[in-house]
Amino acid sequence: MTDDTLEMTEKPRSQWLDVWDQFRTHKGAVLGLGFLISITLFCTVGPLIWDVDAGKLNIRNKNIRPIYMALFDSGAKVSWGNPMGSDNLGRDIMANIMQGGRISLAVGWTAMILALLIGTTVGVLSGYFKRLDGLLMRFTDLVLALPLLPLLLVMMLLFRDPLRSTFGPEQGIFILIVTGIGITSWMQTARIVRGDVMALKEREFVLAARSIGTPARRMITRHLLPNVMSPIMVSATLGLATAIITESALSFLGLGFPSDFPTWGKILFDSVDRMTSFPERVIWPGLAISLTVLSVNYIGDGLRDALDPRIRGL
Amino acid sequence: MLTFTIRRLLMSIPTLLFIAFVIFMLLELAPGDPMSQMPLTIPPEVKEKMRLALGLGEPWWVRFPLWLRQFFIVEPQYWIDAIFGTNFADGAQRIISFQSRSPVFDTIAQRLPQTLWVVGMSYIVGVLIALPIGIISAYKQYSVFDQTGTFVSMIGFSVPPFFSGVLLIVIFSVQLKWLPSIYDTTHVVTSWDSFVFQLRQMIMPVMVLALQTTAQVSRYMRASMLDNLSQDYVRTARAKGLSESTVVMKHVLRNSMIPVVTVIALGIPSIFGGAIITEQIFKVNGLGQLLIIALQGNDIPMVMTITFLLAVLIVVMNLIADILYGVLDPRIRYD
Repeated sequence: MTDDTLEMTEKPRSQWLDVWDQFRTHKGAVLGLGFLISITLFCTVGPLIWDVDAGKLNIRNKNIRPIYMALFDSGAKVSWGNPMGSDNLGRDIMANIMQGGRISLAVGWTAMILALLIGTTVGVLSGYFKRLDGLLMRFTDLVLALPLLPLLLVMMLLFRDPLRSTFGPEQGIFILIVTGIGITSWMQTARIVRGDVMALKEREFVLAARSIGTPARRMITRHLLPNVMSPIMVSATLGLATAIITESALSFLGLGFPSDFPTWGKILFDSVDRMTSFPERVIWPGLAISLTVLSVNYIGDGLRDALDPRIRGL
Repeated sequence: MLTFTIRRLLMSIPTLLFIAFVIFMLLELAPGDPMSQMPLTIPPEVKEKMRLALGLGEPWWVRFPLWLRQFFIVEPQYWIDAIFGTNFADGAQRIISFQSRSPVFDTIAQRLPQTLWVVGMSYIVGVLIALPIGIISAYKQYSVFDQTGTFVSMIGFSVPPFFSGVLLIVIFSVQLKWLPSIYDTTHVVTSWDSFVFQLRQMIMPVMVLALQTTAQVSRYMRASMLDNLSQDYVRTARAKGLSESTVVMKHVLRNSMIPVVTVIALGIPSIFGGAIITEQIFKVNGLGQLLIIALQGNDIPMVMTITFLLAVLIVVMNLIADILYGVLDPRIRYD
C-alpha cells in the first residue's frame, strides 16, 4: 500500500489534466469536441483538398442534385464533380459550405473573444475596485435592458456603407458584425466574473499577496484571473454558440455579408426561395449551423461539469 | 412591497430615458441618410426642402426632447381622445413614418394583432409543454424520459429558428403538403372551416417559437424541482403520510414554480425578438416584418418607436418579474 501511495505522489497531476479526465467521461462533450474539430478541419483543410473555387460560375452545371439522389431517382441530375450538388448559378455547394464555414467560424470565434475580453475587463474592474462597481454594474444592467437584436440590425444597416468604403467590402462587414456581436453579448460574462472576483477577494491568499505589497495590476493578472478561468471558459462556449447563431440570423435577414461572399446563414437565406425543388440546399448549411452549435453547447455542458470540483473525481 | 414597487417604477424612468437616448443617438450618428433612396435627378435645394419637411433640419438636442414629448404626451392624448371622444391632443403633431407618411402608432396597431397571436400562442403552448416535461424529468431523474428531455431541450437551444422553420416547411408543406407555408393575415375566422384553416396556418410558426421557449423553461423547471425534491419539508410531507401526488404536485410544485414564473416573465421580450426571424420565414406581416421594412427604407421614426417599445417591454417585464418574486415568496422582502 505504501508503494502505491509513493507511486501516486511521484506523478503530480496538474489541475487541467484532472479536468480533461473528467471531461472525457461526458459522452456528449467528447462527441461535440470531435465534431467541432472535424468541421473546423473540413472548413480549413478541406478547400486544399477539394480544390474548387466557391465563387466560380458554371452555368452548364447548374441545379445538380447531391450524389445520393441517384439512389432514389435514377433520372436525377447528379455528378461526381459536385457531390453535394450545385446551385442555380452552377456554383459547387460543397466548396461554398467550406468557404461559408470558414467565415461563420471565424466570426463566431472572434466575436466570442471580443465579448470575453470586454466582459472579463468589466467584471474584474467592478469586482476588484469598489469605486467602479456601482457605475459599471448600472451600465451593465442598462445594456441588458436594450433590445439587442433590433439594435444589431440597426447597426448593420447604418454602418455598413462607411465601413465598407474604408476597409473593403469583406473586411468592413466582418469588422462590423464581429464588433456588433461582441459589444452586445458581454454582459453575462461580466456579471459572473464580477461575482467570482468579489468572492475571491475575501480569501486568505489574496490577503497574503496584498500583505507583501502586490500592486493591483499584478494581483489581477497573477492571482485573480487564473482563478476565474473556469467560469470564463464556460461562458466562452456559450458565447461561441450565440455568436454563430447571431451571425447566421443577420445573414438570414439579409443584413449580413454581401451575397457573393458565402456564410452558412447566407447560403441558407439564398436557398430559401428554391427550397421546394431543392430542399438539400437549405438543409446542408442549416445542418452545419445546428450541429456546430449543438456540439459547442455540449462541450460547454461537459466543461461545466469538469470544472466543478464538487462533481470532479466522483 | 408597495414602497419597493414605487421605487422600482421610479428607477425605471431614467433607464428608459437612457435607452431612448442610446437608440436615438445611434440613429443620429449613423451615416445612413433617409434621402439616399431618392432619385438623383432631384436638385439639391429641393432635397434640402424635403429634408426640412421630414423634420431633419433641427439639431438633435431639439429633436430628441420633441420625440420624447410626442411619444409620452401627444400619443397617449390621441389614445384618450379616440376612446372617450375628448380633444386633449388638439391636433398636435404625432410621430409620422417617413415611408407611409401616416402616424407610426396607427401602423403598429395594425400589425400588432398578428404578432400577438403568433407570439402569444407560441409562448402559451411552449410553457404548457415545458412544465410537465420539467416536472417528470426531475421526478424521474436520469430516466430515459429525462435523458430524452435533456437532449430535446439541447436541440431547442441549438437549432436556430430560421433553420427549424425552414425544415418544418420542407417537411410539412413541400413533402407532405399538410400545412400552408405562408401565413395569410387577411384571413378572417367566420365559420368552423375558416377556424380550422387559421389553426393549420398557425401550427408551424407557433411550433418554431414554442421549441425555443420549451427548451428554456423545461430546463429551469427541472432544476428548480430537483432543488426542492431534496429538501427536508418533502421528507416531512411523505412521513406524515401524504399521497405521492399531493407531495409532488402541491408541496414541491408550488415551491418550484417561484423561480420559474420569473423566468417565464423575463422570457417574453426575447420571444418578441425571435419573432422578427420567424415572421420573416412564414411571411407574417407583424411587427418584426414592419421593423425590417422600416430599417431597409431608412424610416427612422418607425425604427426608433418599435425598438423603444421593445425596450419598454423588457424593462416592464423585469419589473414584473421582481415584484412577482417578492409576492410569491414571502421570504424575499426587498425593504
